[in-house]
Amino acid sequence: MIAKDAYKRYVEENSPKSPMWRSMIAAFVVGGLICMAGQGVHDGIAAIFPQMAEEEVGAWTTVVMILFGAFFTAVGVYDKLGHFAGGGSIIPITGFANSVVSPAMEYNREGIFFGICAKMFVIAGPIIVLGIVASVLVGIIGLFL
Amino acid sequence: MEIFLVYLKVFAVGGALCALGQLLINKTKMSSARILVSFMLLGVLLEITGAFDYIREFANAGVTVPITGFGSTLAKGALEGAKEDGLFGAVTGGLKAASAGLASVIFFGFVFALIFRSRSKKI
Repeated sequence: MIAKDAYKRYVEENSPKSPMWRSMIAAFVVGGLICMAGQGVHDGIAAIFPQMAEEEVGAWTTVVMILFGAFFTAVGVYDKLGHFAGGGSIIPITGFANSVVSPAMEYNREGIFFGICAKMFVIAGPIIVLGIVASVLVGIIGLFL
Repeated sequence: MEIFLVYLKVFAVGGALCALGQLLINKTKMSSARILVSFMLLGVLLEITGAFDYIREFANAGVTVPITGFGSTLAKGALEGAKEDGLFGAVTGGLKAASAGLASVIFFGFVFALIFRSRSKKI
């Protein structure tokens, strides 16, 4: 039989060290790797189409990264990655794709109309709405610059 | 060697943004929607102050692949639209610039949700 405070000390010593740092390092590594993949896609597109304008290369990179995010969500890999990486899988544009595809798949049994089409914006809705509101405000400010 | 340095900077800046997001999650228990909105608005802010171009020159995909890049695209499009087409451009410019990302996220979201069933029950 061990004393109460000795047991408490034992638990503290043996519980996982600082989940705070562990989760931040996981987010850093996974997020950094996703961004490197994005740079790879960008450089690949620029190498295949050398005459393409830089902005168009950037737009295609976004499309390809969203396709990756949507696909790995659909096959169930991305959400497992999310358990491990947290912010590392949320912040990149692939996480934005995940936030659309994941609820859309979750609710597809409720039908195409109110299931997929309505529920796909459960998380992405605020991002799209606030993004567009911000862009219109910025545009109007831009008129006076 | 130079390309190695480019990718190292992408990794460092992209990773740092994601670690910052994780810090916010740990400290404030913010939901992922709030985290995404905060970083998107950070991108808007960086774009209108002109700081985003400097960071992009240094970090490339490290700052454009995170959702900050989406905010920057919206703000940049709106500012360019305002300069070129006045009020009409100010209103349409942001969506026009972000249309590739938005159209593809909605299209792929719809198609994959039709084809695949959710696996959340099995986890």
